[in-house]
Amino acid sequence: MLKVLKAGFFNTIQDKGRFGYAAMGVPVSGAMDSYSSDIANSILNNSLEDAVIEITFGNCKFQLLCDTFICVSGGGFSVKINQRLIGLNKKISVSKNDILSFGNLNFGARCYLAVSGGIKSEVKLNSRSFYKGVTKNTVLQNGMDIPILQRSKGEFMSNSSIKINEAHFSSKEIKCYKGPEFDLLHSDQQKDLIERLYSISKNANRMGYQLNETIPNNIPSILTSAVMPGTVQLTPSGNLIILMKDCQVTGGYLRVLQLPEAAINCIAQKSTNSQFHFVLEDL
Amino acid sequence: MGHKTTYKPYGDSAILIDWHAEISISISNDILEFYKKIKDLKDTNIVEVIIGYSSLTIVFKKRITDYFKEVKSLKEVYNLKDISFKRTPFIWQIPVCYDVDFGKDLQEMSNITKLEISEIITLHSEKLYRVYFIGFLPGFCYLGGLNERLFLERKPNPRLHVAKGSVAIGGKQTGIYPAESAGGWNIIGKTPVDFFNVCLEHPCFVKAGDFIKFITVGKEEFFQIEKEVKDTSYEISKVLYNA
Repeated sequence: MLKVLKAGFFNTIQDKGRFGYAAMGVPVSGAMDSYSSDIANSILNNSLEDAVIEITFGNCKFQLLCDTFICVSGGGFSVKINQRLIGLNKKISVSKNDILSFGNLNFGARCYLAVSGGIKSEVKLNSRSFYKGVTKNTVLQNGMDIPILQRSKGEFMSNSSIKINEAHFSSKEIKCYKGPEFDLLHSDQQKDLIERLYSISKNANRMGYQLNETIPNNIPSILTSAVMPGTVQLTPSGNLIILMKDCQVTGGYLRVLQLPEAAINCIAQKSTNSQFHFVLEDL
Repeated sequence: MGHKTTYKPYGDSAILIDWHAEISISISNDILEFYKKIKDLKDTNIVEVIIGYSSLTIVFKKRITDYFKEVKSLKEVYNLKDISFKRTPFIWQIPVCYDVDFGKDLQEMSNITKLEISEIITLHSEKLYRVYFIGFLPGFCYLGGLNERLFLERKPNPRLHVAKGSVAIGGKQTGIYPAESAGGWNIIGKTPVDFFNVCLEHPCFVKAGDFIKFITVGKEEFFQIEKEVKDTSYEISKVLYNA
């Protein structure tokens, strides 16, 4: 077990998400930055489908109730075991009663805590990803016991190291494709979308990131149709919203761009007011 | 089959199929038939099929390498001739209490529409509503068939908390909030029935293509049903729809 001593503000358990339940209106969910969660799982020799803890605002604390190995990947939060700082993207041996703490954010926006064998919390609709109304918990709570596997120290020895792509955190280029309604936009709107610098507003969560900049828009909304993580919507009031992993399955706003998974991962590591531009690519 | 459809890529791992952009039962039936044909393939490369009013989106597990090949095979599936893909829909009889204690906007709606509250209730509960698809929130049904005398713009300031089970009108649509959420629709009643319960084998009883008929119940009956829903002894009445 892993005990939550201090839950922090919005930390959740995530895996690759729920697929096949859109017909019931259930969102995909899953790790916002699957590039980083994959790294954490890979370093521990876990399956990429294994669940991890997604830590978004830091300031949280856990206690190990058994020996195991952990790995933290993604954004930098000054992670400590007891009082000792530990590095990211490394397999780290931890012992029963060790205290694992996450401090303030240094770079990126969120990180992933993987444990050997994966987090074993409840599976609902084929996934452990937290989602309101589906899993019992929506965020980690103080005092919660999270099921993990015990691993004795000699049990698995490998010293894999993975080179992290720095651009994943620093790049201002967000690769995208034309969305289904891109061609409905006026040419000055299209130009705006591709040429301007955009930034993430305070209104950003697992459902979507609203941008600070707006694009004047008088094109009517569409008949409600599918949206997906990475869909960029343009609202009648001119707001742009990048839909993220907990987004609803359908929407009526214009779908002007579509980000591929790698670009969603990149956006997931940007914080309020981070600037970037959309780089349109051909399919 | 026989409807005009257009295919386009939707990002690097999905294909969007559009029908003529209108809300029509004929188009919706065509979409649902295609949906079922695709689902029956049990193709593990397809991870999600998302239904819209006049669209179907096929999401693939991986990046699509040969778009034209995928479109070609989807078109072949669309043209499969097999009557078994037609499913006879159900009419679900959903108890609704239109008491003003639940229908918090009934009075205001009556003032704006110049309809008596009793007329609003009759006009709302006499219709058969088709479930076009489920989206927005788990268990939220996009219903068609609202009487145009009940069309009413969304509230200028959305409520932060709309109770689970609230039956409401937003513009030209009516719907049921399957969970507590923020919302700007005008609330006219409440149902004790769960539209999404993850603890059940089938978390959402209703499927796209089904119909919903609201049955007026009093407050006492509402609370009785609510109790039965809680201890899972309540069974929602349904009848087969005969087109």
